[in-house]
Amino acid sequence: MKLLLLPAAAVLAVFAAALASLFRWSLLEFIPGSLQAGSLTLANFRAVLAAQYLGAIRDTVVLSALTTVCTLLGAYPVAYVLARTPSRRVRSALLVLTLAPFFTGAIVRTYAWVLVLGNTVVTWPVPMLFTERGVLVGLVHFSMPTMILILAAAISHIDPVYERAAASLGASPARVFRRVTLPLSLPGIVSGALIVFAWTLSAFPTPELLGGGKVKMIANVVKDLGLDSFNWPGAAAFAMLALALTLALLTAVGRVSAGRTP
Amino acid sequence: MILRAAVVALVAFMTLPTVVVIAVSFNPTAILSFPPAGFSLRWYENVLTYPQFQRAAVNSVVVTGGAVALALPVGTLAALALERGRLRGRSLWAAVLLSPLVVPGVAAGLGFLILAAALGLLRSRSVLIAAHVALVLPFVVRSVWVSVRNLDPALERAAASLGATPWRTFRRVTLPLLRPGLFAGLLFAVVVSLNEFVVSLFISNRVTEILPVAMFTYVVNYTDPTIAALSSLFILATFLVVWLADRYLDLGRVFLQH
Repeated sequence: MKLLLLPAAAVLAVFAAALASLFRWSLLEFIPGSLQAGSLTLANFRAVLAAQYLGAIRDTVVLSALTTVCTLLGAYPVAYVLARTPSRRVRSALLVLTLAPFFTGAIVRTYAWVLVLGNTVVTWPVPMLFTERGVLVGLVHFSMPTMILILAAAISHIDPVYERAAASLGASPARVFRRVTLPLSLPGIVSGALIVFAWTLSAFPTPELLGGGKVKMIANVVKDLGLDSFNWPGAAAFAMLALALTLALLTAVGRVSAGRTP
Repeated sequence: MILRAAVVALVAFMTLPTVVVIAVSFNPTAILSFPPAGFSLRWYENVLTYPQFQRAAVNSVVVTGGAVALALPVGTLAALALERGRLRGRSLWAAVLLSPLVVPGVAAGLGFLILAAALGLLRSRSVLIAAHVALVLPFVVRSVWVSVRNLDPALERAAASLGATPWRTFRRVTLPLLRPGLFAGLLFAVVVSLNEFVVSLFISNRVTEILPVAMFTYVVNYTDPTIAALSSLFILATFLVVWLADRYLDLGRVFLQH
């Protein structure tokens, strides 16, 4: 039986080798104009924290936090209906309409927002395309299906008996929601928020196309350095930063779900 | 009432871009306008005759075909081992198998770029296939694992006790019973691979690039509705796939239960 894991282990070994190369290059000296790297150094990580890039890191964190909050607020009602509706048709329609963007690729989705935000449909009172506002809209749209799925799973695990009990004891629907449903769905809210935040930290196509070079997040800096300036060591250091942040957050998600009864 | 309004508003937000893309794709002029000023299929014609898209479409088929053909058997065997094998550290194995999902695309992409350069493979589609196998493997393992868990080993024991060889038991009993999981895994793998963009951007060039990368390059350089037409085709294909999946797999059951 263990032998059956060998092919998968081989695939993962290739993936691990790619990440190991990334790590090694993040510690090598960049030689401008050459794809060869020099000796071991920590200079790339010092450059990550240089003033010219701190803005990108700050924008990334702020945009990710805003995205998380907006996604949470938008996703909760849909997730609630998805988990509680007795009608299979309503559930199917909601799933297909809200999850289809999950299956359409990043480029198709982002291009669609280029059209909407670029004054094709309506003329926006404030500039949207190539601003942080526009990037935020695209990021929220991007994260929504993930958040809806996580919240719907959490809410469908709550036994409706608790809600009925509260209602039969005289609580208004708003109070039932505030005192029963919401607290019981908290683990889903926390893990959904952490996952969306972690994913948004390394978002690439959305800020690349909707930011139009004016809004830079961490992943855009990796692309600029790696593919445009051929500074692979510098790009690798930034990519390691994104990787470390993501892994730290997802470990936190693991803690949260482990604390919950299975 | 408020709940219904919130749900309707969100569904509108989620579908608005799709509606706009489809409408713009029929626009007769190169200047984007909504609603369209007329009706024309010229951008669809442009999609089908633009040489770079033709080349990229071939690359997409080769890369997705190759990656899925490798990932499906590899992932199925891994799922069987995870559920049936007396493994020490099963949860660790599971976490490792699903780990490519959580690695940021730019990190994986740059890593594969550096590795491919060291191996002299930068001009080859094999790097794309290798990366795609790793990226779709988690989806296959997860989907098939669910089916393996629901499979009653008594059925396989019955076949074996009636004289079927292990291989015959596997082929005639195990595999048919795993069909829903295999189908779901195949579906996810194809959709994820066809749409993969970030990692592919790092490890492809004009000759090996797949459709999403070619579309990205086009969007950056031109503003006419050609991409709207190609996007509409992608959206149509995706809706069909999701609708079929919901019909035959009951997506609610797949997503909302553990």
